[in-house]
Amino acid sequence: MIKAILIFNNHGKPRLIRFYQYFAEDMQQQIIRETFHLVSKRDDNVCNFLEGGSLIGGSDYKLIYRHYATLYFVFCVDSSESELGILDLIQVNLLQFVFVETLDKCFENVCELDLIFHMDKVHYILQEVVMGGMVLETNMNEIVAQVELQNRMEKSEGGLSAAPARAVSAVKNMNLPEIPRNINIGDINIKVPSLSPF
Amino acid sequence: MALKIVKGSIDRMFDKNLQDLVRGIRNHKEDEAKYISTCIDEIKQELKQDNIAVKANAVCKLTYLQMLGYDVSWAAFNIVEVMSSSKFTYKRIGYLAASQCFHEGTDVIMLTTNQIRKDLSSPNQYDTGVALTGLSCFVTPDLARDLANDIMTLMSHTKPYIRKKAVLIMYKVFLKYPESLRPAFPRLKEKLEDPDPGVQSAAVNVICELARRNPKNYLSLAPLFFKLMTSSTNNWVLIKIIKLFGALTPLEPRLGKKLIEPLTNLIHSTSAMSLLYECVNTVIAVLISLSSGMPNHSASIQLCVQKLRILIEDSDQNLKYLGLLAMSKILKTHPKSVQSHKDLILQCLDDKDESIRLRALDLLYGMVSKKNLMEIVKKLMLHVDKAEGTTYRDELLTKIIDICSQSNFQYITNFEWYISILVELTRLEGTRHGHLIASQMLDVAIRVKAIRGFAVAQMATLLDNAHLLTGNTQRNGICEVLYAAAWICGEFSEHLEDPMQTLEAMLRPKVATLPGHIQAVYVQNAAKLFATVLRKHDGETESQAAQETSQLLIDRLPLFVQSANLEVQERASCILQLVKYIQKLQQKNVEVAEEVTALFAGELNPVAPKAQKKVPIPEGLDLDAWINEPPSGSESEDEKPKAVFAKEEPKHSRSRHTEVDEKELARRREVRKQEQASNPFYIKASPSSQKVYDAPGVEHIPVVQIDLSVPLKVPGMPMSDQYLKLEEERRQKEKAERKKKEKKKKREKRGKERKADSGPESEEDITPAHQVDIVTEEMPENALPSDDDDKDPNDPHKALDIDLDKPLADSDKLPVRTHRPEVLKSPAEDRDGESVPQETKKKSGKEKKKDKEKDRKRSKEEKKKKKKPKEVEEELLESQPEEAVQSEETKEAAAPPTSTSAEASDLDFWLSSAPVPPAAQEVTAPSSSAAAVDTSSAAAPESEPDEPKDTEPEDTKSSKHKKKKQKKEKEEKEKKKKKRHHHHHQHHGDAGGEDSVQNGTVEEEEPLPPMSNYSLLAENSYIKMMKEDADQVYDIQGNHQDESKVVVSVIFENKSDSFLKAMEFNVLDSLNSKLQRPEGAGAHDSLTVPFQLPPGVSNEARFVFSVQSIVMPQKLKGTLTFIVKSDESSTHEKLDFKLHFTCTSYLITTPCYSDAYAKLLESGDLKGSSLRLEGINMPFHHLLARICFHHHFSVVERIDSCASMYSRSIQGHHVCLLVKTSDQTVSIDAKCDEPSLLGNVLDEIKQTFSKC
Repeated sequence: MIKAILIFNNHGKPRLIRFYQYFAEDMQQQIIRETFHLVSKRDDNVCNFLEGGSLIGGSDYKLIYRHYATLYFVFCVDSSESELGILDLIQVNLLQFVFVETLDKCFENVCELDLIFHMDKVHYILQEVVMGGMVLETNMNEIVAQVELQNRMEKSEGGLSAAPARAVSAVKNMNLPEIPRNINIGDINIKVPSLSPF
Repeated sequence: MALKIVKGSIDRMFDKNLQDLVRGIRNHKEDEAKYISTCIDEIKQELKQDNIAVKANAVCKLTYLQMLGYDVSWAAFNIVEVMSSSKFTYKRIGYLAASQCFHEGTDVIMLTTNQIRKDLSSPNQYDTGVALTGLSCFVTPDLARDLANDIMTLMSHTKPYIRKKAVLIMYKVFLKYPESLRPAFPRLKEKLEDPDPGVQSAAVNVICELARRNPKNYLSLAPLFFKLMTSSTNNWVLIKIIKLFGALTPLEPRLGKKLIEPLTNLIHSTSAMSLLYECVNTVIAVLISLSSGMPNHSASIQLCVQKLRILIEDSDQNLKYLGLLAMSKILKTHPKSVQSHKDLILQCLDDKDESIRLRALDLLYGMVSKKNLMEIVKKLMLHVDKAEGTTYRDELLTKIIDICSQSNFQYITNFEWYISILVELTRLEGTRHGHLIASQMLDVAIRVKAIRGFAVAQMATLLDNAHLLTGNTQRNGICEVLYAAAWICGEFSEHLEDPMQTLEAMLRPKVATLPGHIQAVYVQNAAKLFATVLRKHDGETESQAAQETSQLLIDRLPLFVQSANLEVQERASCILQLVKYIQKLQQKNVEVAEEVTALFAGELNPVAPKAQKKVPIPEGLDLDAWINEPPSGSESEDEKPKAVFAKEEPKHSRSRHTEVDEKELARRREVRKQEQASNPFYIKASPSSQKVYDAPGVEHIPVVQIDLSVPLKVPGMPMSDQYLKLEEERRQKEKAERKKKEKKKKREKRGKERKADSGPESEEDITPAHQVDIVTEEMPENALPSDDDDKDPNDPHKALDIDLDKPLADSDKLPVRTHRPEVLKSPAEDRDGESVPQETKKKSGKEKKKDKEKDRKRSKEEKKKKKKPKEVEEELLESQPEEAVQSEETKEAAAPPTSTSAEASDLDFWLSSAPVPPAAQEVTAPSSSAAAVDTSSAAAPESEPDEPKDTEPEDTKSSKHKKKKQKKEKEEKEKKKKKRHHHHHQHHGDAGGEDSVQNGTVEEEEPLPPMSNYSLLAENSYIKMMKEDADQVYDIQGNHQDESKVVVSVIFENKSDSFLKAMEFNVLDSLNSKLQRPEGAGAHDSLTVPFQLPPGVSNEARFVFSVQSIVMPQKLKGTLTFIVKSDESSTHEKLDFKLHFTCTSYLITTPCYSDAYAKLLESGDLKGSSLRLEGINMPFHHLLARICFHHHFSVVERIDSCASMYSRSIQGHHVCLLVKTSDQTVSIDAKCDEPSLLGNVLDEIKQTFSKC
């Protein structure tokens, strides 16, 4: 079982949190802080497993994480999950394929800013990968297909009424000098999403 | 309309959306909290508006704020509102918010039940999906109970996307509502063989989670998982299965034997590291479960260790870490194979990665032996000095202590060395583990008598230098050590060389800065030392020293009398008064030493930590009974006297004790004795020690006496290193001596005693350097070796410890929605019918497994038959299978006795058969019986998915085509069958082939006549065939959209006195309907009925038909051929029959909700027709029940004498009925999108009612 999935940046700012067991909000924040503290002091070339988050889990639980560009992806799992399997899921499936590629495909290109501004969308993608603490799907094509179909549905529902809102949001985006045009983070080439055609 | 929407959204566009909020927060870095609070105010305003889009937007923003740590539970109701929006966009937002912040304490959750149910049955798969995903995060016991049935229905949804989600969420439902596990399990099991890999993976996932907690209940699934393991290519699924096997093997060692080979193959073949690693892990688990010393498995161990070494040497830190992790598992059972890699592991101690160092430490724990303990600890001590981070250093410290103290100090040969290690450890700065060191010191000093002198000397030095320990800060825990030091010096003060000096050290003013509990010990032990000093100077008249001591105490103690700590204060003032009194006596020259010493006489014995718990309750003592009559009136909780002592014993543990009867006690005592016998440190109780047990005193404490050489004397302050050197020298010397002795061939007795616990290396060579008397901990006389205390009673998984192999009982049902009890008559009836098929499903699932084996066996059997045809058939049938099993079992040396239950022997059979993968078994079946084999192997996968449709009102007859492996079993079965047979007779007798007794009966004022769907198919003097209205129907998902399948169950009943065998079932296919034959069989080949019938026995077989068009009823001609075998002759017989497929049989009972129903009728796609029935004089609910039962409808709504009903065909046609009744006249208005189907169904309904 996966107990929690946390994504936060190099400064410990949460970008996505998903707990599969209830914790009150302040406890959640404490867990994020603790996890960040544990994870951030580790070098990049040490192993990706960590025992002993005292707040979350217990002896049966492990933190499996991956540092990727400016983001940390942390899974808190118990012993029924295969360590390498989860790492594969983050590293190969979730990051390179599921996350990056899925995000890639769904957002065209991904960077931290996308996560910041589209937390809800990332949640929807994650929901197709992990459900209730168990891995739902590892097949990338399937995940992308389902996410796309749902987005399409959302678009068709939006129809006429959504058009003005989209327009406004595009205008708002245009006033944004702070979105950089090109960010080069680590080994992925990231382009800032082009503004929605309008 | 459109304009309004546009206008609304123009208003809306100046609301902040999520992106605006995020941007705003980023722009207000300085006053973020203030900015967010204004945003929350805005959100509150937005939530007050009627526009759902505005609300959804607000909720979306709240989700973001929740992530930042803001409590948004105040908006829970709004979230529910958004969840219930009809638009997917908003629904999704609502469910996301709910999944992030709802929990069991959220009270609005109970409002969501109906909404979720509606979403679950939504025609849009993504509505369903979103609801399932959301539910998985906030399911509560109530929701689980109310929705379990709906979710279970979804497990057979046509879309794999929904199926896999429904399967996964079942795990959450089980956790919250354990009663659902049994009814849902058969279907979950079916999903293991779902055609969609995603669904399959989900089912594996769920079962693995379940099995991990309660593995024994899932052992019977092993063959199925084995099959999956050998056939699946999905690494994720493979990993899960392999992990599951790892959990199962400890329970069933034979499973392990079967696994070794395929796992080894996987290890060799796979390129995926994750899979390789899990394989290695499971192989290790297997090796652990197998009794050690199996010679042929040493290769496997070697393979594992080799692979792990490769992992550890890998530059990838992750692999290194996992390699060490797995290595530690091997270590437990095969320490030798690991110990050869000590170099590698010690090397890992220097790794820069803390996780890896910790793992390596764990490994070291298991690698120590008497020989290398000192060396390893020395290495660790070096690391302690180097380690910079306190956490790692603390970890090292605890590990050193763990390593040394493990299994009762088994590996310590020299306790002086150990004490000095402990003393050295006290010099660590800022460690948190002072108490740990302290308890070790106490433990050693108390339990190792011989070391006391040395320990006391060391402790005295510690006390003398206490300022070094307390120097830095109070909060470092190391001062705890002083607690131990003071106590040891006091308790064993007779060993002190200069008690006076120690006493002085203990009463220094600086002591007052120590924590209270330590001061208290100081004061108390000062008194003990005082007693020692007095005794030392006993006899000397007017001893100056004694009086000086008294004066010292009188001078110093007032400091403690003023202590803020009550304990210290009390002890100090007591002792102060005592000393003052003694001083008076001393001045009068009275001998006081004797009396003072008497205060502290006697020795404290170590008591096992669980000793109190294990005292059995004497017979006749009821701890829960009132001693006096309870006081009248209610006494509130807080008035109860508070327990003075910690409540150590939860009540249930007591009651558990009382349950244990004498026999059990005796048995346990026996077990304990054996345990003790194998424990080298436990002195075998001599009869005398047992008897004098109750007598006070210390003589009875069991003490191990080990003959040893002279204790080492080390001059000066001992350093552990010196010991190491000395120890090495000593061993060298001993070795040399031994060699001499060996030459003289005088190598007797020596070491014999120690042989019992000889460590992994030849440790009998090493004798402890020290006189070690390890005093075992005291235990009550007839202590119970109860180790059940490990289980956490709050573990939710405990409730899931349910035996899944037991057939379902009537009580094992999922609750169904009951908002209109009247209408419910028929669904309730459905349910009753349903719970039973589940049972049969489960059974048949098992049977399928069995079938394969059986077929294999049968083929053998047939071969044999050919060889000796003259043998009496009957005998053959009974004896041969048994022989077969036996012969197979005898192949396995360690085949255990087969258990009597069918289930167990099922597994037994699978396990005991030669370790050939099942796939191969099927292939190797001889050609003579190829047809038979194929039938069942093909039928199994086909008929399994047949069963998902849950609401089928079907009868209880299941395929009982079991053949017996053992006589005993067979007899049992025979009985069952007879019962079944009897059962049949009964219902044919009273209802003329139409009605039968049903297992579940409906309780009501007017009981419903029992109904059955079995009708007579054909009959002759030999055999009777009963057909069940082909009601098990499903459409093949995906691949053949236009083709549907129908399963026909046929009961064959032998009416003759002869034995019926070689039954072959054949049907003349029509263009539209075809009997499904195994691949490779011709279009006119007949199917072999997979059983034989002894006289008077009936059994059931299922046949699958594929049907193209379902709008017309069909009749198929068929023939059954069989051989009648009586004692003197055998004849070939045949029986013709006609299979009648009614249109009804293509309908599936499908629940429908009134709103969806209304929409359907409004849509205008349906064409109408109507029917009038005259002269029906049965109650309306009976009428409805009949329609439901015989024609697979479900009641949508019922108002007085009017009801709407719904059903769906296997090809998706909707059929709606409106049934009205008045004065024996029933009118049925019907609508359907396929007029001819409707016409036929109505005709059939008419027919049903014309019969009664």
